[in-house]
Amino acid sequence: MKWLMVAIIVGSTVLADLLQSFEMKRHTVAVEDLRPGRVAGMLASLARRVPLVVAVFFMAVSFFAFMKLLSVADLSFAVPVTAASVALETVLARVILKEKVTALRWAGALSVACGVALLAM
Amino acid sequence: MVEEAQIAGAGVRRVDLKTKLMTAFVVITNVLGNFSMSWGMKHQAADLGLSPLAYIRLIFTPWVLLGTTLLILWLLSRMTLLGWADLSYVLPMTSIAYVASAVLGKVFFGEMVTWQRWLGTGFIVVGIIFVGLTAANTTKQESAR
Repeated sequence: MKWLMVAIIVGSTVLADLLQSFEMKRHTVAVEDLRPGRVAGMLASLARRVPLVVAVFFMAVSFFAFMKLLSVADLSFAVPVTAASVALETVLARVILKEKVTALRWAGALSVACGVALLAM
Repeated sequence: MVEEAQIAGAGVRRVDLKTKLMTAFVVITNVLGNFSMSWGMKHQAADLGLSPLAYIRLIFTPWVLLGTTLLILWLLSRMTLLGWADLSYVLPMTSIAYVASAVLGKVFFGEMVTWQRWLGTGFIVVGIIFVGLTAANTTKQESAR
């Protein structure tokens, strides 16, 4: 059960972030759209974009799986193990989203993943 | 190494003000949203039990409502930021929220900060500095102004 929840959390988090990053780069939000008079229209357009709706669904799955994981495992296990998604997402950002991940960025992502794991101890 | 240095150098120039401001907004809404939710949950009077109605009532208590609103703002601002910057840039840069949450936990909830947590904070800060030296968006020119 514990490792199933970990797999669901990491898998759904990765899918949600990849979908959001992919879709938001296809149609970026302009700074002008963040003005009070235009925010409602911008939100309505976001709600009509299927990949974003699917991403929010995966975020919800991840959230409830995390709640379930906390009921069967310690917080000191749950947070570090899910921090692995930072490293995995960096790999997939390189492979799927074709981002240029330099050695410096690899080092930074791994350092952050280690840091998050240590914070939970 | 030369190519990497060029990319890193370009990155410093290409991380514009709007990306920096949105990154800060994402972190602030995340930290304050989680803090409000945590404060509201810790200070709710009754045991929630299994009743869905109790959870619905809890959502409309001031601190939890504030936390929920801030986390909705976090979600939307993070989506916007992902349109402006790489996923591999956004993830580490917004991890400073973990550090800020630990600090708030110590100050307001009296949580203990062990040497492992300070070490973890150091790792995160170093990671953020490394990623901050790289280009924010390496996939295409931004269309948003």
